[in-house]
Amino acid sequence: MSDYISHDHEHDGIDRRGFLQCMAWAGTGLLWTVSGGVLVSKTLAQIAKAGDSLPTATDLSFLQISDSHIGFSKEANKDVTETFKIALDRINAMPTPPSFLIHTGDITQLSKPEEFDTFDQVLKSCRTKDVFYVPGEHDVLNDGGKLYRDRYLKSVEAKGSGWYSFNKNGVHFIGLVNVLDLQAGGLGQLGDEQLEWLEAEVKGLGSSTPIVVFAHIPLWAVYPQWGWGTSDSERALGYLKRFGSVTVLNGHIHQVLQKVEGNVTFHTAMSTAFPQPVPGTAPSPGPMKVPAEKLRSMLGLTSVQYKQGKTALAVVDSNLS
Amino acid sequence: MTTLTPRNKRIALLCAISFLNLSIVTLGSEMKETDITSTKQNKIEIKDFAFDPQTLTVKSGEKITWINRDEEPHTVVSVEKQFKKSTALDTDQEFTITADAPGTYTYFCSVHPKMTGTIVVEK
Repeated sequence: MSDYISHDHEHDGIDRRGFLQCMAWAGTGLLWTVSGGVLVSKTLAQIAKAGDSLPTATDLSFLQISDSHIGFSKEANKDVTETFKIALDRINAMPTPPSFLIHTGDITQLSKPEEFDTFDQVLKSCRTKDVFYVPGEHDVLNDGGKLYRDRYLKSVEAKGSGWYSFNKNGVHFIGLVNVLDLQAGGLGQLGDEQLEWLEAEVKGLGSSTPIVVFAHIPLWAVYPQWGWGTSDSERALGYLKRFGSVTVLNGHIHQVLQKVEGNVTFHTAMSTAFPQPVPGTAPSPGPMKVPAEKLRSMLGLTSVQYKQGKTALAVVDSNLS
Repeated sequence: MTTLTPRNKRIALLCAISFLNLSIVTLGSEMKETDITSTKQNKIEIKDFAFDPQTLTVKSGEKITWINRDEEPHTVVSVEKQFKKSTALDTDQEFTITADAPGTYTYFCSVHPKMTGTIVVEK
């Protein structure tokens, strides 16, 4: 593919392909669109190829960002703050800004106040101001998540250790916590209290309500040998079975994986910090070292769009290269 | 049934004293042994999301040190809350405890609970 501009309709030195490539370079992000109840995801590169339209102002579009690991400074990425900034630059460069961001956890590497401070400071540069969070295990290391909750749950009515729900454009969003009180030998865990809340929470909703669930550790068994799964997620999904459109967004594994099971679409996002190996291809799931020139292609964002009257949410992953 | 007559009582008392003395000697020798072995390195490396060795046998009174060789933070937490848990250990950070009562202690990393290990403390 040529790196030269072939169609400069706006005479601004940026063509559509160039913009999308640029988005792809920024970091890991996935664009989710909800269309008539179904989330659809595509990479920005896929959009560019297919010639699909970018989100319009009338759609609900939001952006998933994940695993920024502020404070990490090892070989896999010595400047995670910089790649996080690049991811935000990509969001700011979107012609139609997303309505809000969802951060699916591991904001920091070691739950240190100064790491949270750096994250908050850098985030100020983002044009999109509304951000909804769920914690990663790296955000709750030494205090059971108190510092995280004090900072990031101010705009929601959180219950228990920090779960909550909210509505946007007819879509029901549910943020779950599956990184606390983990049991020896086990996986991620939601726990009875949260599951009981979830059951009651969705009881009054019509089955045609599009549901978006987001949590840090995957809510499906991606690779239990590496702890990539949630022990009681089946029970949670049982409460959501009757809904026509359920989209589950997770982070934790620093790579895009998608699975569709009935009406449920599972999707994991890239990290803005460092990639992790494909399940089972390395001795452990630790940070994966890749050549410097390759790093940004393995970081990214996820964008999601919801179009009224359509049946799926569109999910678009874009890397930072 | 044996009743404690004054004579039996005297024997019992003597026996008890002898036993106590014996106990003191035993404890003393244990203390001495502890002094000698306190410099012994009982190291558990945390590498590739695993504790190595996964099972470690030590003598009561010896120190045990975990060192994290991963780029991921890990913790050391007793499953039955039998010893103080570590804070999150960053790369090359250490955590040390002193083995106390004999027994088998299982522990895990509360960040990556698939990681488990066992400490066997002998007298």
